[in-house]
Amino acid sequence: MSTPTTTPVKSLLVRGYEVVIGFETHAQLSTQSKIFSRAATAFGAEPNTQACAVDLALPGTLPVMNRGAVERAIEFGLAVGSFIAPRSIFARKNYFYPDLPKGYQISQFEIPVVQGGAVDFYLGAEKRTVRLVRAHLEEDAGKSLHEDFIGQSGIDLNRAGTPLLEIVTEPDMRSSAEAVAYAKELHKIVTWIGICDGNMQEGSFRCDANVSVRRPGAPLGTRREIKNLNSFKFMQQAIDFEIRWQIEEIEDGRAIQQATVLFDPDTGETRAMRTKEDAADYRYFPDPDLPPLVIAPDWVDRVRSEMAELPRVMAQRFVSDYGLPEYDATTLTQSKAMAGYFEAVAKTSGQAKLASNWIMGEVSRRLNASETDIEQSAVTSFQLAGLIARIADGTISNSAGRQVFEALWNGEGQDADAVIEAKGLKQISDTGALDRIIDEVVAANPDNVAQFKAGKDKAFNALVGQIMKASKGKANPQQVNDLLRKKIG
Amino acid sequence: MQTVHHAPHDLGVAKLVAALRQGELSAVETAQHFLKRAQAQADLGAFLALDEEVTIAQARAADARLAAGTAGPLEGVPLAHKDIFVTRDFPTTAGSKMLKGYRSPFDATVVQKLAAAGMVTLGKLNCDEFAMGSSNENSAFHPALNPWDRTRVPGGSSGGSAVAVAARLAPAVTGTDTGGSIRQPASFCGITGIKPTYGRASRYGMVAFASSLDQAGPMARSAEDCALLLSSMCGPDPDRDSTSLDRCEEDFTRSLNDSLEGLRIGVPSEFFGTGLADDVRAAVEACLKVYEELGAKLVPISLPRTELSIPVYYIIAPAEASSNLSRFDGVKFGHRADEYTDLVDMYRKTRAEGFGDEVKRRIMIGTYVLSHGYYDAYYLQAQKIRRMIADDFQQAFRDCDLIAGPVAPTVAWKLGGHGNDPLADYLADIFTLPASLAGLPGMSVPAGFGEGGMPVGLQLIGNYFSEARLLNAAHRLQQATDFHSRKPEGL
Repeated sequence: MSTPTTTPVKSLLVRGYEVVIGFETHAQLSTQSKIFSRAATAFGAEPNTQACAVDLALPGTLPVMNRGAVERAIEFGLAVGSFIAPRSIFARKNYFYPDLPKGYQISQFEIPVVQGGAVDFYLGAEKRTVRLVRAHLEEDAGKSLHEDFIGQSGIDLNRAGTPLLEIVTEPDMRSSAEAVAYAKELHKIVTWIGICDGNMQEGSFRCDANVSVRRPGAPLGTRREIKNLNSFKFMQQAIDFEIRWQIEEIEDGRAIQQATVLFDPDTGETRAMRTKEDAADYRYFPDPDLPPLVIAPDWVDRVRSEMAELPRVMAQRFVSDYGLPEYDATTLTQSKAMAGYFEAVAKTSGQAKLASNWIMGEVSRRLNASETDIEQSAVTSFQLAGLIARIADGTISNSAGRQVFEALWNGEGQDADAVIEAKGLKQISDTGALDRIIDEVVAANPDNVAQFKAGKDKAFNALVGQIMKASKGKANPQQVNDLLRKKIG
Repeated sequence: MQTVHHAPHDLGVAKLVAALRQGELSAVETAQHFLKRAQAQADLGAFLALDEEVTIAQARAADARLAAGTAGPLEGVPLAHKDIFVTRDFPTTAGSKMLKGYRSPFDATVVQKLAAAGMVTLGKLNCDEFAMGSSNENSAFHPALNPWDRTRVPGGSSGGSAVAVAARLAPAVTGTDTGGSIRQPASFCGITGIKPTYGRASRYGMVAFASSLDQAGPMARSAEDCALLLSSMCGPDPDRDSTSLDRCEEDFTRSLNDSLEGLRIGVPSEFFGTGLADDVRAAVEACLKVYEELGAKLVPISLPRTELSIPVYYIIAPAEASSNLSRFDGVKFGHRADEYTDLVDMYRKTRAEGFGDEVKRRIMIGTYVLSHGYYDAYYLQAQKIRRMIADDFQQAFRDCDLIAGPVAPTVAWKLGGHGNDPLADYLADIFTLPASLAGLPGMSVPAGFGEGGMPVGLQLIGNYFSEARLLNAAHRLQQATDFHSRKPEGL
């Protein structure tokens, strides 16, 4: 479990300013039905076909809590080491808007279900921790459709009542890169444990970034909240623009006003929606239609026992069971599929570190180049394990291994052994054959031999290279070294 | 062969059940009889909606079940619902212009349960707008008149409900009680009504006024009839109302005839102070004497925060109401202003036109007490005192089994009698508010007559889930007195 302590911060200053970022993320929970009604939550249905009497706020309707949404909140809390509140309260957030059918949103205000916790991730090779303040359950609103209705707006209430988990961080991030890395890690966690489909285009994972700047050591600056960042790319662009904008304002002698802003991907700029002066008074109060949400310890225990192994735990296991460096373990647990692929290769080949090197190296390069996921890898975990086993037992060299991988990727051959056989890549372990090649190379390169004898080590390497070439890469480099040194050393 | 000596409207629920079951009456002729009376007494303003076709169709179905031997416990007995309950077969207005012509796609749980028991719906009953009021004068459509004196109010908010029973337009009705809306009109009209423990009857399908207080209950002439209805109204509704309690359905008639020997009746001194009118005091005290004669012991008790229940209630109820009524915004259903310039203008005009004065007043009070900077001082403080009021009752119930006192400080006042003084209405709620705030069951039982020959009600308050005990105490009083079986002249 992560300890929620302040991360020692080595801030990257931007024009002498420290950047401070906090996040609020709305993760849509992957329940079949809505948070307080039995209507379906599927995306993309015809407008208003997935809204029942409760979602429409018809007179006399009342909310009934969906236990599935609560379980997902518990799972999240366990995944990030939070306190699961044994008793939390639903509150009403009152405001008028046409796509808010009841005139209030049911949310959690004073006592949320998930409290504290932290998200750990790597920013490059540096380990970072972002502390969480809370995660609370709430319902989504509907959608206002401003196109297609000349002079009027349409309302689609299919989304009204969709369960959301709003995840709030401390202002622990110090750069846009760190913010994006946090968001990616959070995205990984919610999709890994399966509480959210993570689809950012469909709005299943929406981030709001609270951004401020200050001189190092100064109190926190006034923040502006960038709403609804729905891609990692826009997230970085929006935050970078906002940082520049705020610094310029301050440099020009203008104070930052607290505001909510939107990012326009077309212009690459952020633009204020509303300022604090016209901020609404939401008149929060406990919802009298919903009793306190009581979560008994055995409910938490049951959820814990049914949860998949968490990335954090799995990474620790990779370190302790396979002896991987922490960096490798963290990288390999970026997705469930990647981690599963690694484990299969490591177990079948018995070579964990080699497996890690190959997956983080050759496999990742090929996947990135072809923009495919590990699930679609052209080289199966079984094939890669076979290949690694042949390198480990000295049958082929590393460089020959790359040729084998290339061939397997291109579908030339069933497995490593077949490719080695077909391409004749087996290392020459027969000293007689190698002796002959060495003798030929030594005879053909008297200059190099002379230079080596005169003390130039480079000449020795040149000879080794010639020998390897003559062997078509099949010679064992160590063996070549030994034999050559014996002959001319 | 035994002949029916009484007209159907003089039979209570219990006798109607028997007559229908024995075939002395059909459900159709019973329904027709009551519909005719309702039409003849339209001047009383009890009903907001009648639909003979719907009623007769329901009665025919009841007759078929009676004939087939599949009758429910209340098969064929007519009833009418307060217009706060949503119904598929009748429009639902909640007494407001905002919902004029609104038709719900579903029935309230209470409506569904009483229909399942075999009851036939006569129509929908007048009430104060969104159940806010104690005279029925806040109905957006027309007032309801007290059948004992048509120049007086019937009480509220379930005024139409009380009028219908008192004038024998329905043998039994439903009401809702948030701060006394069943008990006070029952008292003013000389009938019996019970508000069960909060959470016993599902709130699903009740147009919400104050969610933490609203509770449905039956109103009828006798405690026995109330017990019959209540047995079919209550029960858990976990899939539709999260505040409905997980208590099994109960036969509330089971202990009606139990002896009252040794029953300790608490008499709170705060209910008999200077604010209590002499005629009401005399009638209530006479009833307490009857109880002593029946073997009960009177125990002096104190409910020290009785007066505080007025400010506490008039903070909490409007706070919840201001939020509950936000959905009436002209966007999805109900009234929408004809002309407006933009969204905010549409909201303003729609709500200005759709809501009456009292509703607007409470929305404003509620909005104020929940606002930033006032929430702690008003709403939170009120919640704290609310808990203390509930604790006071628990303290009192150590010394007594039931609490008895007046329902209201006076008998029914004249129409327009409180003029434009809402505070006069609020203050008149003083004796019913404490039990509402504590979520306790309470009832009003006819206790005699006071000034101008107007009925007086005795309030009985019990601890949580003591409805059967309350009904037993009321029933025994009604066996020793005849106040509940008297009827207004000319009816």
